[in-house]
Amino acid sequence: MDKILEIDNLVTAYQGKEGFVKAVDGVSFDLNRGDTICIVGESGSGKSVTAMSIMRLVEFENGKIREGTIKFNGEDLAKKSNEEMRKIRGSRISMIFQEPLTALNPVFTVGKQITEAILFHYPIGKKEAWRRAEEMVRLVGLSDPKARLKQYPHELSGGMRQRIMIAIALASEPELLIADEPTTALDVTIEAQILELLRSLRRERNMSIMLITHDIGVAAEMADRIIIMYAGKIMEISDTQDLFDKPLHPYSKGLLDSVPRMDGERGVPLNSIEGSIPRLNEVPDGCRFSPRCPFATEKCHEEMPPLEFRGTRQVACWHVDQLLENDSLSNDRKGGEFIEPGIKEPSY
Amino acid sequence: MNPESKSHPTEQAEPLVKIENLKKYFPIKGGGYFTGSKKIVKAVDNVTFEIYRGETLGLVGESGCGKSTLGRNILRLQEPTDGRVFFKEENILAYKGHEMRKLRKQMQIIYQDPFSSLNPRFTVGEIIGEMYDIHGIAKGAEKEKKIKEMIELVGLDPSRYHNYPHEFSGGQRQRIGIARALALNPEFVVADEPVSALDVSVQSQILNLLMKLKEELGLTMLFIAHGLNVVRHISDRVGVMYLGKIVELSETDNIFDNPAHPYTAALLSTVPEADPRLKKERIVLKGEVPSPANPPSGCHFRTRCPLATERCAIEEPPLLEVRDKHFAACHYPLEKGQTLKQAISSKEQSQESVTI
Repeated sequence: MDKILEIDNLVTAYQGKEGFVKAVDGVSFDLNRGDTICIVGESGSGKSVTAMSIMRLVEFENGKIREGTIKFNGEDLAKKSNEEMRKIRGSRISMIFQEPLTALNPVFTVGKQITEAILFHYPIGKKEAWRRAEEMVRLVGLSDPKARLKQYPHELSGGMRQRIMIAIALASEPELLIADEPTTALDVTIEAQILELLRSLRRERNMSIMLITHDIGVAAEMADRIIIMYAGKIMEISDTQDLFDKPLHPYSKGLLDSVPRMDGERGVPLNSIEGSIPRLNEVPDGCRFSPRCPFATEKCHEEMPPLEFRGTRQVACWHVDQLLENDSLSNDRKGGEFIEPGIKEPSY
Repeated sequence: MNPESKSHPTEQAEPLVKIENLKKYFPIKGGGYFTGSKKIVKAVDNVTFEIYRGETLGLVGESGCGKSTLGRNILRLQEPTDGRVFFKEENILAYKGHEMRKLRKQMQIIYQDPFSSLNPRFTVGEIIGEMYDIHGIAKGAEKEKKIKEMIELVGLDPSRYHNYPHEFSGGQRQRIGIARALALNPEFVVADEPVSALDVSVQSQILNLLMKLKEELGLTMLFIAHGLNVVRHISDRVGVMYLGKIVELSETDNIFDNPAHPYTAALLSTVPEADPRLKKERIVLKGEVPSPANPPSGCHFRTRCPLATERCAIEEPPLLEVRDKHFAACHYPLEKGQTLKQAISSKEQSQESVTI
């Protein structure tokens, strides 16, 4: 399979008061051309930092890629100069962000911002650029494109702004689109519209998409493959259907079980994961998830398990064989079989 | 028109809070500067419903629909423009300052953001203890004992009495917010998006805590949220709001299994479900929520409604009992078991037959 993106042992660290803290710690994964991959994780999992590393934007916020390679079409982005990166960013790889209001420039009209992106990448005249901008605005599903182009970001609603962001991102026909929580700030009905738009764009343009989300439901709808991250490490990589049928990592299971289901039994206690997410400067030794894991043993607290293949899937857990044998991970959705952990905070 | 009186004629369910024709209008800039004319936003527009003792009533809607404003106005954290709010049969909007202060013991609020709703210069003990100070309930050693009981009740370690909010994680802070709200043993709590700001794995902890405390303390709760799955899980009844109005209200299963209002049906069809096998018939609503400063005439939802007709533009549908204990504000409510898709196609057919 043709791989558009191959990331190997990526380590990204930020300068803190007491030295560097690793926000992404040894992350490796591939993305096949034309596929959609979702990185799912909670805050501090390193999912956004992974994206910012690929775009080499971490350097602008005090971060640094310390190790590893990011191969995009075989070229290592980690070794590119800023000048070279500028040509790739927004042209071959585009990114859309969570909060479209802060990502758009408030003092320029929408049309100015879209044409700017077009003119940066194509040697065409202004008139032609405006015509293309109009086309882009129509493509992302906004009515009356001529009027839209004359408006300022504050005149548009959240959903419309996100569509404009997508229009700017797509203006240069990128091969890879990175979407960092593109619908988190939006209402459900608008979220559905934007997800629909991304799906259709992917179909029509054969674009590869890397979608970052905390919402396991969004991942279920969009992804071919899902990466579960926790505290800077990948816990599991699975095809979407496999993950939802039977997660391999206790954290994946905990995450799936934590979400109330639309067809689940109401009012019953939800399975939840004990404790809270560690801060980056106090990540535990051994497996990052071990302090919250109901199955953790001595070994887990001492040594981080490597991400290993199991068929087409990958999982980082010392006890995956045993857990599979005991059927502790099967996704019955009723939960219950979680053994009482060493209590940090009660589960109710 | 009072829908609730019809819905529970003889049942023991007794309303703890009754909201009648509640309105909250905000003046906004606009209109002519020189003419001095003012525009208003009807954030809560003539809302009538009841909250029964011991139930959790969920309130869902998109941002700007007025659900948080409604919650605040019921507690008089904002003064309603018009209407009446009865708490135990007494109209609390007529209360004066000192009466209201007494009442505050019985009605409390849990806020969405556990970061900005706690004073960073107060320790946990002070944050919770303030409640006892204000109402002169406990002092000294007794107060400290009560505070520690509350800290323990919400699942934190009482030894953290002297810690400051920044020393806690988001989920722990939300627990402190809950402890503060429950310190005076209120009967009625408004929970305004209490889990929206939390990570998924922490969300379920807080939901479990709220369900447990509600059960143990016999609370009545108005649970405001935009996450439909969360509301479904925790609520006994659910109200759906759109542009300042309640458009549908019924028991949770009725709402989620057999929605009557097209908006509810569309909303439900768009929830991303955490199961890739469940491929739903998705009805993606067109357009956006209109500005509340300038809502459409007639039914507010008609501009996005696939079932809307001319009648919807002229006549505003009242909230009526369309099925047993199931209220909807729609001229063309879905029948039980009918999906929105079916309703759309039957509407199209009837239109065709008319044109032929």
